[in-house]
Amino acid sequence: MNFQLPDLTPIVPELLMTALALFVMLIDLVVKKKEAVAVISMAGVALVALTLLGPRGETFGTMFISDGYSTFFKIIFFVNVILSILISIKYIAIERVNYGEYYSLILFSTIGMMIMASAGDLIVLYLGLELMALSTYILAGFIRHDIKSNEAALKYFLLGAFSSGFLLYGISIVYGLTGTTDLKGIAAFIVERGLYDNVSLLLSILFLMVAFGFKIAAAPFHMWAPDVYEGAPTSITAFMSVGPKAAGFAVIGRVFLVAFAAARVDWVTILIPLAILTMAVGNIIALAQTNIKRMLAYSSIAHAGYALLGVIVANNEGLASMMNYLMIYAFMNIGAFAVIIMLRSEGFKGDSIYDYEGLSKTHPMAAALMLIFMFSLTGIPPTAGFIGKLYIFMAAVNAGYTWLVVVAVIFSAISAYFYLRIVMYMYMRDPKVTVSLSTSFSSGVALAVTTAAVLIIGVFPTALVEFARMAVKGF
Amino acid sequence: MIQQAFFAYFAFAITVLALVVITRKNPIHSVAWMLLLFFHIAALYLFLNAEFLAAVQVIVYAGGILVLFLFAVLLVNVREEMRISRFIGAGAAGFTFAVGLLVVVLMALRSFIAAPPGMYTIEHIQQETNAIALGKVLYTEFLYPFEITSLILLVAIIGAIVLAKKGLRG
Repeated sequence: MNFQLPDLTPIVPELLMTALALFVMLIDLVVKKKEAVAVISMAGVALVALTLLGPRGETFGTMFISDGYSTFFKIIFFVNVILSILISIKYIAIERVNYGEYYSLILFSTIGMMIMASAGDLIVLYLGLELMALSTYILAGFIRHDIKSNEAALKYFLLGAFSSGFLLYGISIVYGLTGTTDLKGIAAFIVERGLYDNVSLLLSILFLMVAFGFKIAAAPFHMWAPDVYEGAPTSITAFMSVGPKAAGFAVIGRVFLVAFAAARVDWVTILIPLAILTMAVGNIIALAQTNIKRMLAYSSIAHAGYALLGVIVANNEGLASMMNYLMIYAFMNIGAFAVIIMLRSEGFKGDSIYDYEGLSKTHPMAAALMLIFMFSLTGIPPTAGFIGKLYIFMAAVNAGYTWLVVVAVIFSAISAYFYLRIVMYMYMRDPKVTVSLSTSFSSGVALAVTTAAVLIIGVFPTALVEFARMAVKGF
Repeated sequence: MIQQAFFAYFAFAITVLALVVITRKNPIHSVAWMLLLFFHIAALYLFLNAEFLAAVQVIVYAGGILVLFLFAVLLVNVREEMRISRFIGAGAAGFTFAVGLLVVVLMALRSFIAAPPGMYTIEHIQQETNAIALGKVLYTEFLYPFEITSLILLVAIIGAIVLAKKGLRG
């Protein structure tokens, strides 16, 4: 057996990203100003993003797949990592955890997500997931002197390890049944042997669903989300409410629509109640939250429910609308967190919803931006959130799931209560506490980018929608 | 027959030992039971004709990792596990769920049909020897996952340093 180096051209973005993460890790030793490390990280990510234009294809056998689908998700990850770093710079200084490792870990986590989006093999998928998750566990516990951050990291780690157990059990059953871990090989074997109604296969699908459901925080596997989102550093909450969720959806799309395409009836039947439960739990429990990070945690659970509709539809239109939705969610959610992070200042936590009372009188600009993001999260036109929901619901109606869309719209209406409550507090109440904003140039840039994206996509959605449609062609 | 008996003993022993490990109150006892657990797992590898993995299991897990565990346990100096009464007792629900899951798994696995074996049959591996066969696939076919694993280990090291060594301020 002679070894030949596989074709490395499709995997260039991952390789460069790894090089960047290692470089950032090393320069942290010599660069004293951590802001410089952040700038280098962002510039590096921007350069790596350019290599996404390079050749696509499969390499390492079929373990690595670079196609339109994976590229779209990688763009979401890059948007996520750059915006998260922008809102981190000032924040981690306030929290007094201004260490360079923060940035290399955020990059390593992003590499894990990229590996997941490009995984053509269950082993690679698992390892990518662990790389992403392990980095995120550490980041969740980054504020070592804060007991809530410790709790978040430990809870996330223990439950994450538990869900990995389900994933591995599922993978081992699939491997035993089909003799391969290659996604296309699994699909071919299932068709060839007529395994699609095999109960063991159904069990393995169920186990994979549990593991992926954990990563996207779908109910009933969402229990970790509120505590972890609340305890983790706010910038990391923003990072992990978008990145790991999108990566989870990327693998759900790939595994269920490629490997288990023949068993579609089975997994759609499991996903429908899961999606309804997720929307119900997320939207209804969010009504009772008084901590804004917890509220956005439940909101993020609810949004996973909407995005699941795109997977349930199980065709290219559904996938494209799901990807669309996640991209929009990245902008509006990180935007909302960028405002929340500004309220955190020396000696003031600023994560209670009552801290927003009368914000329009003291800080009209911040209140106006928060208003835009809350409108977008609710799905009110002309914001991007409306477009995201519109296309998901359209895809579902076209596929004949009208009743499911009705359910989703009802839950969406419920969500207006807790999003718009923030708006009401900001505009219709008098300020009770004096809130000083910790603004910085970088978080200003993040806010400008997210606001622009939310409004532009909201008014001119065609470019993004077409891009997502192109990306799933030939999936 | 003797094979089945061998497997039955080790499978049963591993399950029991795993339960013993997690139910000890004294962490040092847990670690000691874990040593026994690792040896049993090594025997299971041996049973699968994977003598190299069995050796690795003993050397790395029983020899290396376990000693580190013991070190860590002794360093933090926890004699007895801390007991905090839970907000909501979840024991009964957890037990019901676990038993239910076990029943579902056992029922579902009755329909399990094993796929035809691949190219790495026992004869093939015996001819090529275990370590060579493993090394070859690891560095050719599975080079990509192998490299990802190295990144995961690197992150683990960074994490240990960040969470343990960075000064506590605030």
